Amino acid sequence: MSALEIKGLNKVYSNGNVALHDVSLSVPKGSFFALLGPNGAGKSTLINILADTVLATGGSARLFDQDLFAERNWCKRQIGVVPQEVAFDPFFTPREVLAITSGLFGSKPDDAWIDHLLDRLELTAHVGKNTRQLSGGMRRRLLVAQALVHKPKLVILDEPTAGVDVELRRRLWGFMRELNAAGTTILLTTHYLDEAEELCDHVAIIDQGKVVTAQPMADLMQQVASSYLWMNYDKPLSLSEADTLALADFKPRVSDTGVCLQLGKLENGQSTFHTAYEAAVARFGPPQDAGVRSEDLEDVFLRLTKKEIRETT
Amino acid sequence: MSTMNLRGCMTLFKREVHRFLKVKMQTIVTPALTAILYLLIFRYAMGERQVPGLDVDYFTFLVPGLAMMAMMQNAFANTSSSMIMGKVMGMNIYLLMAPLSALEVVVAFLAAAVVRATVVAVVFLSVLSPFVDISVMHLGIILLYGLCASIMMGGLGLIAGMWAKDFDNIAMVTNFVILPLTFLSGVFYSVKQLPEFWQQINDANPFFYLTDGFRYGFLGIGDTDPYASIMVVIGTSLLTIVSCWYLWRIGWRMKE
Repeated sequence: MSALEIKGLNKVYSNGNVALHDVSLSVPKGSFFALLGPNGAGKSTLINILADTVLATGGSARLFDQDLFAERNWCKRQIGVVPQEVAFDPFFTPREVLAITSGLFGSKPDDAWIDHLLDRLELTAHVGKNTRQLSGGMRRRLLVAQALVHKPKLVILDEPTAGVDVELRRRLWGFMRELNAAGTTILLTTHYLDEAEELCDHVAIIDQGKVVTAQPMADLMQQVASSYLWMNYDKPLSLSEADTLALADFKPRVSDTGVCLQLGKLENGQSTFHTAYEAAVARFGPPQDAGVRSEDLEDVFLRLTKKEIRETT
Repeated sequence: MSTMNLRGCMTLFKREVHRFLKVKMQTIVTPALTAILYLLIFRYAMGERQVPGLDVDYFTFLVPGLAMMAMMQNAFANTSSSMIMGKVMGMNIYLLMAPLSALEVVVAFLAAAVVRATVVAVVFLSVLSPFVDISVMHLGIILLYGLCASIMMGGLGLIAGMWAKDFDNIAMVTNFVILPLTFLSGVFYSVKQLPEFWQQINDANPFFYLTDGFRYGFLGIGDTDPYASIMVVIGTSLLTIVSCWYLWRIGWRMKE
């Protein structure tokens, strides 16, 4: 069952800017889902439509099998959103803010849960301070607590770790993992792609308002991510026509220090490593140094989004 | 499946009340003091003079009018400042994301505006009570007109807050719309003193009926028949509520 099923979602702003074009996505229940895209891709617009702070101009969405737009208030109780922008109420303390947020969502403030959130997000020591007195990182953690205070089934994190130091970021992700393991579906947007790769089991990449790919993380990495054989000659190389022809299967790229060849699989499932290495040695001689590098999510992301840009321009 | 979110509505109401109570010097003491200063200035400027045609001295005449002016301005300020601060600080997303119907949001905001307006009026009248005989001729009229004034002004503040992009916009509405209309509502004079043309203009000013009816509740005198004005006042208040409800429902200037 999907936690969230989006079909043909469109958003055209009043200035004519098309933020989302026919976006369809399925976020499996209990998944840790990465929603990635370059700046201006439409991620925040999508999240804001789910949070009801932006109105869609077309399409449909179902949340836990309920129509998101027809059953808005029921659906809102199932969603907790950490907004991208740091927002804070200057009149109240963190504890008061959490009690108010809980009440606004129709839940009686659960003191034990609030204490737990404050503890896990390391805000206990600052609980009596006015939010004006909190640092930027503390305010951002308070936003996370606000998103969780009514115990939502779907948590949407819109770049929640911007401005949060490394140690706290690790602890935050540890907390999110625990929530996810307990059954909470998490939808994450972030520019830290290494974190997304490590945390998320599903991924969607959107660019210019369109979904470029959406699939399990492992499938994406297996299908799209490549491995490269790099060979260092400590000097710039140039490819002759004969070199290009001989290495065509490996899409060779030369650099100031050597050559890089894309690896694939042979029919028997073995890597083309040996074939590529021998072909390169036959053309350029033995390298001073060589190694294999596998593409990570960042490489895949850059490749897919650049491809998308090329296709549409 | 959609159910009412009474807890959410009550939470929003309490939040709005706590907000103005947290800065009570600014939201209660200052407006009451301002009204008292107005009173003292006019008291010494006008002396023992009577209000023409109403058989009452200026000091007594001014008290209910200033109380109503303070109520109207504070009801407006409560909702408009909350909305614009929410916009500037980014807090309004929590109102939009919360499972609250438009009616629940409007009721909570207006109820808080009524509370603030009432507190300011009570403080103002309490401070003055040792120095002036504040009689209550028609309590029901006072409560009805006070309630309608708070709702109407709270509603206008909500709409202004939704419309405004920054504090400057709110200041513009306050200074160019609310302040002139309250000053021209007969707080400081009887409209019978105005030339015919301005009296006719004033007939279209709903604030005039609010002030005049409220004063009638205290003094038993006024420029119009308050019972005849009741429908105007209730009708305008209802129109304000419906406007607020509709604009919030469509997300006017709140949702892109």
